[in-house]
Amino acid sequence: MQVETRHILHQGLWQSNPALVQLLGLCPLLAVTNSVANALGLAIVTTLVLVASNALVSLTRNKVNKDVRLPTFVMIIAALVTVAELLMQALTYELYQILGIFIPLIVTNCAILGRAEAYACKNSLALSILDGLAMGVGFSLVLVLLGAMREVLGQGTLFTDMHLLFGESARLWELTIIDDYRGFLFAILPPGAFIGMGLLIAMKNVIDHRQAMSQLSLDEPSSKSRRVRVTGIIT
Amino acid sequence: MMALFSSPHLHGGNHSQRLMLLVLAAAVPGLVAQIYWFGFGTLLNVIWAITLGLALEASVLLMRKRPLGFFLKDGSVIVTGLLLALALPPMAPWWLVSVATLFAVVFAKHLYGGLGNNPFNPAMAGYAICLIAFPTSMTLWTSSGEYFNLPDQWLWFWTEQGNVDAITQATPLDAMKHLQGNTIKEMLAANPTIVNYADAMFWINLAYLAGGLGLMLLKVFTWHAPVAMLSSLSIMAFLFGTGEPDLYAGPSEHLLLGATMLGAFFIITDPVSSATSRSGKLVFGVGIGVLIYIIRTWGAYPDAVAFAVLLMNLCAPLIDQYTKPKAYGQQH
Repeated sequence: MQVETRHILHQGLWQSNPALVQLLGLCPLLAVTNSVANALGLAIVTTLVLVASNALVSLTRNKVNKDVRLPTFVMIIAALVTVAELLMQALTYELYQILGIFIPLIVTNCAILGRAEAYACKNSLALSILDGLAMGVGFSLVLVLLGAMREVLGQGTLFTDMHLLFGESARLWELTIIDDYRGFLFAILPPGAFIGMGLLIAMKNVIDHRQAMSQLSLDEPSSKSRRVRVTGIIT
Repeated sequence: MMALFSSPHLHGGNHSQRLMLLVLAAAVPGLVAQIYWFGFGTLLNVIWAITLGLALEASVLLMRKRPLGFFLKDGSVIVTGLLLALALPPMAPWWLVSVATLFAVVFAKHLYGGLGNNPFNPAMAGYAICLIAFPTSMTLWTSSGEYFNLPDQWLWFWTEQGNVDAITQATPLDAMKHLQGNTIKEMLAANPTIVNYADAMFWINLAYLAGGLGLMLLKVFTWHAPVAMLSSLSIMAFLFGTGEPDLYAGPSEHLLLGATMLGAFFIITDPVSSATSRSGKLVFGVGIGVLIYIIRTWGAYPDAVAFAVLLMNLCAPLIDQYTKPKAYGQQH
């Protein structure tokens, strides 16, 4: 159980991170990450939908005929997104207006359908919820990191408009990283999202490469002999 | 290319260092003309872009563990810096030149693998990114003949202090796009400074044309891409300009305003990011000429050379695919 839990967390947060490795859900990822507040808003909604859809799919996995499973998944996800959309209208109406079409578009986020098909329909409720949470948090971390990068580069601030999510007291959270910054419009516009995303993926690959290299050097035999036996029977 | 026989070949000695030196020399008339008409800003841009470009190139080469001397000596980064600085407006402050150079050298060139592997022209990529990011600073052109003296320009370059409003204005291409109900003739009659400005641009473009023709005679590049680009641009301008001369600028304006000649002879002839074969270069040039006209006339930005070049850079591999020269004896 312990091993399984750790495996799920490692998969979701790093090894097959939906944003950095599977490259799923790129459309909302690139479109709304122009500030931390927007990114965090979409991240929370997506994670909630992902956890709930994994839970429901796992609960119904023995009742649903294999031939109609995909329409069923889509119905479940669509219902959950509708719930999330109505909740956002009720709780954070301004943010709902800013995120606009990207809230209903969560339905088409392949990360969610992908987890339902690849994991939740084959595993128990607890494990499926954990998987949804790990994948959702992995996706959210990338969203927020990209949002922070683009907000600092684009406007020189961090955590603007957080009151849209956390109420009036969060207005004070706004940090001005660079004083008298004249703004770098490029980072706010879509091309900046693509370049930022490319840099994040490159960073993950560099870290993986470094780890693999150090692993290799650890695995090398301690003897200095480089001769390899190629004939005979190795005993 | 067509006269190549079977091996052994004689080496012409046209290695990249010599090519780059020739390009630098050919750009001098244009640089001098630009300084004469629009002030010392361009000179500061050139010096700063080349210095910073060399420093960035060296540091990226160190990071990539490549031999420093070998790659710095080929001079490609000097050419990139020079062309970028010539394209930037003369009132560009240091940070604008720096951002453009950073994107040109690090993002457009080295992230793709360095000289020879870049799909986009580095100078135009750096220029386009700055045009999108800082639209107001990127259109700050001095009016011709009225500019800061060197110390004032130096001060402006580093601190952006100085009375700029008195000496800057819209470029002729921009003015011809935003006519606000007037015809082109009425607009020119009402703005004598734009006429002066256009005259200055004519001379600058002629200077680039002279340098470019010199390069062509020295066989640094073939005639195909520049001639294709200039003729397709002229045909587009002729078709629309003769139909509605009050609203559309004619061929001579399109050929001799903006960055047309700089683009035709110094940018689209970049051997790395353009199409390879002769027929491919014709297609490449025609595409750029047509796109320049379309973006200039109906687009949102004042000039279009950078965007047209980048879009056709994107098409160059496809053009190469369909214009591969047939080897002798090959069936199809």
